Amino acid sequence: MSVSPTLPAHLRPALLADAAADESSLRRFLQGLPGVDPVGVESRAAALATRSIKSTAKLRAIDLAISMVDLTTLEGSDTPGKVRTLAAKARRPDPGFPDTPTVAAVCVYPDMVAVAAAELAGTGVGIASVATAFPSGRSSLEVKLADTALAIEAGATEIDMVIDRGAFLAGNYGKVFDEIRAIKAACGSTRLKVILETGELATYDNVRRASFLAMLAGGDFIKTSTGKIAPAATLPVIHVMLQAVHDWYALTGDRVAVKPAGGIRNTKDALRYLVAVREVAGPEWLDPFLFRFGASSLLNDLLMQRRTQTDGHYSGPNYVTVD
Amino acid sequence: MSDDSEFAESGDRLAVAKTYKLFIGGAFPRSESGRTYQVTDADGHFLANVARGSRKDGRDAVSAARKAFGGWSGATAYNRGQVIYRIAEMLEGRRAQFVDLLRDGGEGQPGPVVDAAIDRIVHYAGWTDKLAAVFGGANPVAGPFFSFSAPEPTGVVVAVAPQQDSLLGLVSVIAPIITSGNTVVVLASQTRPLAAVALAEVLATSDLPGGVVNILTGDPAEIAPHLAAHGDVDALDLTGAEGDLRTSLERSAAGTVKRVYAPPISDFGRVPGTVRLRAFLETKTVWHPTGALSLGGGGGY
Amino acid sequence: MTLDPHSPGVRAATDWDYAPAPESAAIGRVRDRYQMFVGGSFVDGGGDDLETLNPATAQPLSTVSTASVADVDVAVGHARKAFEGSWSRLSGAERGKYLFRIARSIAERARELAVVETLDNGKPIKESRDVDIPTAAAHFFYHAGWADKLQHAGFGPSPQPLGVVGQVIPWNFPLLMAAWKIAPALAAGNTVVIKPAETTPLSILVLAEILADADLPPGVVNILPGAGDIGKALVQHPGIDKVAFTGSTQVGKQIQRALAGTGRRLTLELGGKAANIVFDDAPIDQAVEGIVNGIFFNQGHVCCAGSRLLVQESVADEVVAKLQERISTLRLGDPMDKNTDIGAINSAEQLSRVTALAATGEDEGAVRWTSPCPVPDRGFFFPPTVFTNVSQSMRIAREEIFGPVLSVLTFRTPDEAVAKANNTPYGLSAGVWTEKGSRILGVASALRAGVVWANTFNRFDPTAAFGGYKESGFGREGGRSGLAAYLNTDDEGI
Repeated sequence: MSVSPTLPAHLRPALLADAAADESSLRRFLQGLPGVDPVGVESRAAALATRSIKSTAKLRAIDLAISMVDLTTLEGSDTPGKVRTLAAKARRPDPGFPDTPTVAAVCVYPDMVAVAAAELAGTGVGIASVATAFPSGRSSLEVKLADTALAIEAGATEIDMVIDRGAFLAGNYGKVFDEIRAIKAACGSTRLKVILETGELATYDNVRRASFLAMLAGGDFIKTSTGKIAPAATLPVIHVMLQAVHDWYALTGDRVAVKPAGGIRNTKDALRYLVAVREVAGPEWLDPFLFRFGASSLLNDLLMQRRTQTDGHYSGPNYVTVD
Repeated sequence: MSDDSEFAESGDRLAVAKTYKLFIGGAFPRSESGRTYQVTDADGHFLANVARGSRKDGRDAVSAARKAFGGWSGATAYNRGQVIYRIAEMLEGRRAQFVDLLRDGGEGQPGPVVDAAIDRIVHYAGWTDKLAAVFGGANPVAGPFFSFSAPEPTGVVVAVAPQQDSLLGLVSVIAPIITSGNTVVVLASQTRPLAAVALAEVLATSDLPGGVVNILTGDPAEIAPHLAAHGDVDALDLTGAEGDLRTSLERSAAGTVKRVYAPPISDFGRVPGTVRLRAFLETKTVWHPTGALSLGGGGGY
Repeated sequence: MTLDPHSPGVRAATDWDYAPAPESAAIGRVRDRYQMFVGGSFVDGGGDDLETLNPATAQPLSTVSTASVADVDVAVGHARKAFEGSWSRLSGAERGKYLFRIARSIAERARELAVVETLDNGKPIKESRDVDIPTAAAHFFYHAGWADKLQHAGFGPSPQPLGVVGQVIPWNFPLLMAAWKIAPALAAGNTVVIKPAETTPLSILVLAEILADADLPPGVVNILPGAGDIGKALVQHPGIDKVAFTGSTQVGKQIQRALAGTGRRLTLELGGKAANIVFDDAPIDQAVEGIVNGIFFNQGHVCCAGSRLLVQESVADEVVAKLQERISTLRLGDPMDKNTDIGAINSAEQLSRVTALAATGEDEGAVRWTSPCPVPDRGFFFPPTVFTNVSQSMRIAREEIFGPVLSVLTFRTPDEAVAKANNTPYGLSAGVWTEKGSRILGVASALRAGVVWANTFNRFDPTAAFGGYKESGFGREGGRSGLAAYLNTDDEGI
């Protein structure tokens, strides 16, 4: 594994261990990260969004995107029936085309994990659960740990936690770090997605800092949003996060996964994300192990576009199932 | 001075004659060549021996002007305005001397001409802190950028002063050049150099930093070609160079893409516009991203 | 597809790449033969026909009738007649409406023009589509608005047109340069004789159709395709009142020399060797983007290209590593493909010039790195190239390469950065990257360059003056100061 010197000297591995040694080291580390120029990152994102994905490349990208979907329902009105149909859709997204890939996972609240687990046993579709007093994260660490344990015991294979944005914005990076650490410990081998809630972090500089903070603390994924706050995932935000995991890999040799969530509703958007993944993080991230879409309505648009590609004519919403 | 000088009578004592030297870097050196030439009045009577500057004097003057450029161009516009205004004050104080000089030289209407020269300096003194606003400004570009354009001085200008209007012409050439922060090497009128040397004394006793204005006397046709080709000269003002000399200087200027101001006519009696000021101004445009205050700005994708 | 979302391992998807996405060449409606545009008519010139190539294939694209020296005389005559006739009698408001018409028409035919430009020039379609053509239209829109407001431009109460303007433009932005030249000239009330570059005559001849469709009075704009001899005859023609030239410093000097003593007005937009200065506190990822854009935009065929990267020594290794990684993702190839980042070098001649200059880099001891991107086996292509260990004395650090070749130099202090940046006879543009506001303003002020991009690069806008210091030329294009080049004020010689 080659570690290329793509970050400033003070971020080199020897010093990396010290970065989280104490609150002031952590602050120095995070605030020492190079800044992000908003116009620059937005114009790069806009330029990459003009990539034209046609024919075979489009079909492959659609299949790839389907396999990356964390099919999500996170509503107060969720019921076992709703979760069961979601699981059925995840398992077999397009019954008319059995070669359609399954999605990566379903994503539900902890109390719905058992229902999903029963439906998805043996299918290879994961069960992700939001925990840690989702979406605000406003509770004690004890409650968050209990929430996490509840989900894992019920069969969750992935945990989506939220960071304490209040602590982050107050500059209390140590508290955020410790919480992620504690949840990660509670997760054991269950993969942990760390939701930064970028819409509340307000600046790209903060997105980069929070990304590094989550990676330093051992998060397996960095994820943009809860879906409850606007703006949720945007292309420039994901650019910053993809650059962060790329830099982290150069630094440590570890590939951290990325998950945009919220606001990605159609195939065109999804393809733009895949282009960003390919060109910013690198082609190795074009893998559902390393990249996911947190979405609900996106899947049906992907399926419809897939049919357009395979049928050779435009498809319509009545040819894909509404679940 | 040579023994055959005539001395002007002043009452019953023998007046002390002035040595007319060059003005380089704030000092008054003789020509390194040791040469002088005689200046006469309109009737051909001897007036003075004047230093006949050489190619090397030109070179020294360019070095002095280059050395002075950083400080003068970097001075605040307010400060440059004060300094130039002070030149007018000093000239006013020596008004009588200049009137005599011009009269001796046979130039018409010496009084009004000296007044006009003083007023011209005052006019340009007031331009220093207006230029950026009048010739620069914010550019409303179609994108998330703050862009502005601002005038900056070109650098070292070599000027051939008008051969006839030895004071007003000279002042009308020098003042706009230095107003915007350029420094200048000026080749004075060959036949009427006395006002230029006297002006150098005014400049030396004003607050103008040494080297901002350098004045050479001598034969422009001898010195100017070397300066027109000089690699460290940025621009030429050829107001006082005409005909073949002008053409050949312009041709030399092309060697390093110098800016050249060579007006078809000269009329120093009128109120100046801005063409001389603009002749030795560069426009610098600077861009910087602005960007949104929050991530909302990126939400449109 | 067999991808396990829950375990790392087989990465079957990593070979996912974009399928070819070519723009249709038919949209360009390129004809077999084009004629000159003189006196409002499309006519054959007295010169030999020239064959213009598609540089991406090295195959003939079209044939263009060229001007003879006698045609220059005829065209200048038409321009003079138009100036003294209808055009100078027209109110500014009416002139402005012609320019608005032209601007609209460029926008309406934008897709066609983009295709023509890319086929003839070799630049990526995404650049002709997103930059060249829209910016050309924007220049006409901008100057249209000036036509009846010249008294407010800051050059006195009644600025006057100069008369007949002779213009010579280069091949790197054929239509955009035509717009930069023609729009302000017409807004100020002048008439024009313009010569496009020999290798890129097509888009301006499509513009000629637009001018004709706009009912622009005959002779107001005359377009003479041809080689350097026609340009020379044009700029030296005694019937011309003003010359505007964009091109090499070498030719610019010849023109300035030739015009000595004529009293004709001249503006020159010449070469450059811009420094792009990266400080250790820069937003590194955006700086890398800016460096890439600075030197690889339009294959580096840009007079203001950031061809000298000056990077602070403390971050030099990091920046170069990131840069090489980023450059490796640039897609070189068919300019008509919508995903192509770097297109073709404009001509075989230019390719050999770039190749030869790059070779001197190695000879003089610089370390050469070339992007591993595949290079097409036909057409004129040069892969993105970065030289490190470059010193100021090397030719690659001093001479304008006008190709996708970057020289990397280092510095230790801001003073050293500025000294090195200014250590060139050129002075067209410069870049500075730092998050420290005071340093941006300090460095921007110290740089002897006509355009300074801070935390960005290669931005152009008709409202913002563009042009050089020192041997990069004189005069400005765009903004209020750009108008000055085409106006007479009544205060000469005072």
